[in-house]
Amino acid sequence: MIGTMPYVWVAAILAMIGCVGVLTRRNVLVILMSIELILNAVNINLVVFARQWGQVRGQVFALFIMADAAAEVAVGLGLLIALFRNKSTVHADEMDLLKG
Amino acid sequence: MLAPALFFYFFSGVAVLAALLVITQRNPMHAALALIVTLLAVAGLFVTTGAEFLAGAQVMLYVGGIMVLFLFVIMLVHLEREQELRQLASQAGRGLWAVLGLAALLGLMLVHGAGGWPTAVAAAPAAVTGAAGNSERFSLDLFQHNLPAFELAGLLLLIAMVGAVVLAKPRSLPPSGAAEESLEGR
Repeated sequence: MIGTMPYVWVAAILAMIGCVGVLTRRNVLVILMSIELILNAVNINLVVFARQWGQVRGQVFALFIMADAAAEVAVGLGLLIALFRNKSTVHADEMDLLKG
Repeated sequence: MLAPALFFYFFSGVAVLAALLVITQRNPMHAALALIVTLLAVAGLFVTTGAEFLAGAQVMLYVGGIMVLFLFVIMLVHLEREQELRQLASQAGRGLWAVLGLAALLGLMLVHGAGGWPTAVAAAPAAVTGAAGNSERFSLDLFQHNLPAFELAGLLLLIAMVGAVVLAKPRSLPPSGAAEESLEGR
């Protein structure tokens, strides 16, 4: 049986890949997908620590993270559609209306 | 009989490779398909830790719900010429350095802090999967100890749904020209 640490490493790698996606990509769709990667890494950690402690509570937390992710994606994609309707772009660095 | 370790290595390898594809693909549709592979691999990782209910929820909620929403929006806003444009944001270099620093910190923490938690309870995974079954234990904990949080999550989803509809629907009073466009569209 695989211990806790390998899972934590995989989760850390996934979270770092997601961070790179959020900080370097221009397309808002890809940025939202990278946020999903980070949230999945969190879920892996919660589930494997639930196993570590012999409890089921961490899995319940992971379900709440999933509900959160669903809400975030719904609102984020709604914002993206509003942005696309007004500016015909999906690029994060073209949203500079507040920049002097 | 395959060793359970093989499943862990297979699923984690697939998850990491597909995650790399997500952030490197130029076409957002290909990125979304790679993300689906990652999510399915993470569901496999959930099964290897004994979280069967969560693996099913992952497949249904993420792959069946969230990713379908992603694919619809990609089809709605997809621009072919988009793929020839610059893909990296202007702050990409600085962002990469920031992530490298964060990764170094995290790696240092994981190397030096490994196993800092008590290991006495580690030998009790049966308590998670349990004789009662994972779904039953999961539901009992969810509805006996986390009912307020469950109700709040439902409220959050309702608010997000209403907000998404408000954000995504066209203006109720379109400026002149938009109305004619929509009429011409018919």
